[in-house]
Amino acid sequence: MLDHFSYIITVFLMVSGLYIVMARGNLIKKLIGLSIFQTSVYLLYIVPAKLVGGTAPIISPQFSVYSNPLPHVLILTAIVVGVATMALGLALAVRIREAYGSIEEDEITRLDNAAEQAETR
Amino acid sequence: MAISVVIMIRSRNLFAVIVLSGIYSFLMATVLVAMDAVDVAMTEAAVGAGISTVLLLGALHLCRSDEAKPAHRPWLPLAVSVSTGALLIYGAFGLPDFNNPLSPIHQHVAPRYMANEVDVPNVVTAVLASFRGYDTLGETTVVFTAGAGIIALLRRRKKPGRDGETEK
Repeated sequence: MLDHFSYIITVFLMVSGLYIVMARGNLIKKLIGLSIFQTSVYLLYIVPAKLVGGTAPIISPQFSVYSNPLPHVLILTAIVVGVATMALGLALAVRIREAYGSIEEDEITRLDNAAEQAETR
Repeated sequence: MAISVVIMIRSRNLFAVIVLSGIYSFLMATVLVAMDAVDVAMTEAAVGAGISTVLLLGALHLCRSDEAKPAHRPWLPLAVSVSTGALLIYGAFGLPDFNNPLSPIHQHVAPRYMANEVDVPNVVTAVLASFRGYDTLGETTVVFTAGAGIIALLRRRKKPGRDGETEK
């Protein structure tokens, strides 16, 4: 159980991010949920790279055990890509707010349906 | 960290949620330092806690700061989330133990990276620049596309969009 504690934390964070994305109608809240989901993936990659008693992967004569550098590189890329996609999502939310006057999903759907009915009439 | 996530789920005041997400990012950076991932922790603290909080606050300034009460009870998403979580935890028990030097992640290419072929003491930098340069190329492509998209989305506004600054 203790060997897999990190995975359980990761899964908890991932699932709560998923829950926010699905259950909440507010677009900004959805994006925050998405970023929580993303950080759980960081944990999933970084934690297996750790070796207890090791040190950060910077070569030095005092140390012989290092954590694995490859996941660090991958996640470094993922963080920057994550913030770029979130910025794009926020720009979309702002644009939707300008067009509809709201960032609540239910309200947007209602406005869309009303417009559709007005068209068919 | 889990506590701050739970409060974030419950709270409907978006300003509080954003500040909490900044706190969450700093906690995540602390965890990453504990996991010896110093480069990642630095990026997470700067980008996750810094830039994203600023971006979220900027977007919040342009929108309303209170979330509407959900119209329907969230039982279906809750059930889907819990069952997904149970499945993932069940699957996680098939993964290698924490702190096992014989697990595949420490066996495959890591020893070669640690042999320090490029004479840069920080192995993360060496791998990023020499072995996996294409990752960075793809990353810059994504960032450029995102920046171009943001500019295209917000250009028609009267005052210049504040999110347009994210293009780095």
